Amino acid sequence: MKIINFMGKRRLAAAFSVLLILTALGSLAVKQLNWGLDFTGGTLVEVHYADSADLNAIRSTLADGGYAGAIVVSFGTDRDVLIRLPDGYSDAQGTEMLETLQGASGVNVELRRIEFVGPQVGDELREQGGLAMLLALGLVMLYIAFRFQFKFAVGAVVALIHDVIITLGFFSIIGLEFDLTVLAALLAVIGYSLNDTIVVSDRIRENFRKLRKAEPLEVVNISLSETLGRTLVTSLTTLLVLLSLAVFGGEMINGFAIALLVGVMIGTYSSIYVASNVLLSMGVSKEDLMIPIKEGAEQDDLMP
Amino acid sequence: MLNRYPIWKYLIVLIVVIGGALYASPNLYAPDPALQIAGESSGTMIDERLLSRATTALDDASIAHFGEIIEPGGRSALIRLEEQETQLRAQAVVSRALGDGYIIALNLAETTPDWLTGVGGQPMKLGLDLSGGVHFKLEVDTAAAIERRMEYYLNATKRSLREERIRGFVGLDGDRAVLGRFRSEDLREQARSLIADAFPELLLDRVDEEDEFLIFARMTDVTVDEIIDYSVSQNLTTLRNRVNELGVSEPLVQRQGRNRIVVELPGIQDTAEAKRILGKVANLEFRLVANADAPAAERQRFEYRSEDRQGATEYLERDVIITGERVSNAQASFDQNGRPNVQISLDSEGGTLMSRATRNNIKRRMGVLFIERKYRTRYEMDENGEEVAVKVPYDEKKLLTAPVIQSALGAQFQITGLDNPLESSELALMLRAGALAAPITFVEERTVGPSLGAENIRLGVKSVQYGLALVVLFMVLYYRVFGLCAVTALTANLVLLVAIMSLLGATLTLPGIAGIVLTVGMAVDANVLIFSRIREELGNGLSPQMAIHSGFERAVATILDANITTLIVAVILYAVGTGPVKGFAVTLSVGIITSMFTAIMGTRALVNLIYGGRRVETLAIGRIPKMGDAA
Repeated sequence: MKIINFMGKRRLAAAFSVLLILTALGSLAVKQLNWGLDFTGGTLVEVHYADSADLNAIRSTLADGGYAGAIVVSFGTDRDVLIRLPDGYSDAQGTEMLETLQGASGVNVELRRIEFVGPQVGDELREQGGLAMLLALGLVMLYIAFRFQFKFAVGAVVALIHDVIITLGFFSIIGLEFDLTVLAALLAVIGYSLNDTIVVSDRIRENFRKLRKAEPLEVVNISLSETLGRTLVTSLTTLLVLLSLAVFGGEMINGFAIALLVGVMIGTYSSIYVASNVLLSMGVSKEDLMIPIKEGAEQDDLMP
Repeated sequence: MLNRYPIWKYLIVLIVVIGGALYASPNLYAPDPALQIAGESSGTMIDERLLSRATTALDDASIAHFGEIIEPGGRSALIRLEEQETQLRAQAVVSRALGDGYIIALNLAETTPDWLTGVGGQPMKLGLDLSGGVHFKLEVDTAAAIERRMEYYLNATKRSLREERIRGFVGLDGDRAVLGRFRSEDLREQARSLIADAFPELLLDRVDEEDEFLIFARMTDVTVDEIIDYSVSQNLTTLRNRVNELGVSEPLVQRQGRNRIVVELPGIQDTAEAKRILGKVANLEFRLVANADAPAAERQRFEYRSEDRQGATEYLERDVIITGERVSNAQASFDQNGRPNVQISLDSEGGTLMSRATRNNIKRRMGVLFIERKYRTRYEMDENGEEVAVKVPYDEKKLLTAPVIQSALGAQFQITGLDNPLESSELALMLRAGALAAPITFVEERTVGPSLGAENIRLGVKSVQYGLALVVLFMVLYYRVFGLCAVTALTANLVLLVAIMSLLGATLTLPGIAGIVLTVGMAVDANVLIFSRIREELGNGLSPQMAIHSGFERAVATILDANITTLIVAVILYAVGTGPVKGFAVTLSVGIITSMFTAIMGTRALVNLIYGGRRVETLAIGRIPKMGDAA
């Protein structure tokens, strides 16, 4: 088996990661996220025109109808229109607006979806989402520290934070709407990236125990090379289905699919470069892994 | 011989897969569009004659229908329709034919065969984003509930001090405490023991000032939490009753967080009507009619609500005996003289309060107040100097009736002295529908049209199909026969996932579908781990049988570690997440568990069947790495 010297470029990779993270953080600070309705509050109306819709005409109809600050965009097809209104909600707003639009257009207008969310809900959700992520990170760290070793836990969590920040940064830079489904996707990225990192860590642990004379850097390189095939194949199959989701899944799931596509790519990169890089910087050695003797015995039992 | 499963292992795999297919199969039966007929009040029975009136009307309008059935219990009936498009028209036709007093709801009737339902098979429930309908999030005004309780403490304290002739000033201190001021320490001590006996839940604090002796009766955090919990759960019950009035099939009324309630009404499109019924902020109060000599500060004047008694008023005491949320049932009927009355049942606490209040007040009259929350619009300047409309809520209280108390009342009593049967049935309905323990506000509202829901399903299924096809293609090309085994296991995994979701009664949402798609992508990971191990072992020079064996054995530990960590994330998501996050977490966690089973045991069983227990020269597993070659 050819051993690729992954860790030979670890400084370069670290610089690359830091650059990506700084860009992401910079964009998050300056441009921030394009928070979706779930977070900002407001009203969202999706209508379906029987014939192709004239967005400019709709905009002026709405402005004349007293709906200030309405954002009108087409949604998927030229017949589906998405209208977003900032706060300011009245009971009958949706139906009223539909009547206004229906009156102005010659064709049938169908109300497909209307959502009103109070901004207060948004604050709470933001808190709740953040809390969920922190809790997930904490427990994951505990599990890895227990099953592997503390340094591995730090590596995995750094990789996770790395992935989440960069994916968030991507959303900020591109200006894609960040709603609850995207949040779900982000949490899935955590799951995926973790899965990937654990597989690599598992091999590193195994090789530390098997190749007693090898240097840590060498062990990591060997482990990464051995798992590279699997890492790429898994990423590829996941990307394939995500691509199918992005292309065929419809507009409502688009943000979700894009978040995962980006997240999976970053996650694949991070499982190779970030987690192992952190491990090496923390000076992982075979002594770290010799302590849990019980586990070693278990491992041997599994072998034929 | 290596790689032979004992027969019982094959059997387990086979049974699980067949069981999975069985319980997944209800999802293949598309539900029929249907109409559900129910009486507007819960007492109305649906009989054959009524049903035939409905079907005749449908026949006249030439709308195809079948399978009419009266549900056991006779409270509702179901008419199945041939086509979805006719559903709305059919609803209009039937409601015109039956007239007022009936709720005609759009429904979807399951078509799962009886034998499947008999063994517990049922299709997955669809979330609103897939079925169409309305989602509301309501917030309970818990501050109002606390305020109301403080008022009760204040009034009760005032009254018992007056009864014991203890002179002093009693008022509210902030929103959590009753404050008493007394001239002497002795008076305060008497007051203290009175309050302590009546309300052991209050925390009593004594403060001495120059010439005054103060006592603070404070609500503890525990009491406050209890009030909040009580008001939210009471509102939950009331909202459930009101949702039932709408006649929706499978509505969801669920508490969320500390003071939120989520209501989901599948199939409902008329949000205005739904909001009117849900948000009907009404309550009742029972108060004694004030004696003529009562001091002005202790009585309040109210108008009658009914048109007939326009302008008539009555003085009631300020103290409230009980409010409407203590009413557990109410029924309109007639007494032995044929006069209309309302039979009322109270909950146990309500019964105690009522008997305490009425015991000494026989022959006096008791007023029933109807309280409705209304809004006044006020205009204010906002920070930009623009005029904005502000809705200020206020309670309008009007008198329903003021009958004479004939004897001490308990948990069961009747209100007589009502003018006509109409009045009694209306009063019963109001009492039964329940009242809200605290006002609610709508903080979130989402409506998804039925056509959008159907389209979401179509697109979801399509993306699962294409995603699966791509994975199948890749796996078979890359891993040959082993790829085929993995793909078979993956398909079994999908079937199992659907079966478990159906059995759990979990709701499938759009993010849930996305979760399934992601599971398809990630579930192959376990197999990929195993197969790349086997390839490695072959590259190391192991015999095919040894390579299979060791590949499976050594990959298992890795698979477990990787999946358990992901499972942790999924479970946390489920615990703290709401809405889409939750739907996604359910499919992800179920997917992880089923994929571990199918990838480890399922694939192994297949591989063993194909290769196990015999001499094999080569394995069809794609390119095997040689020494000095990348995996």
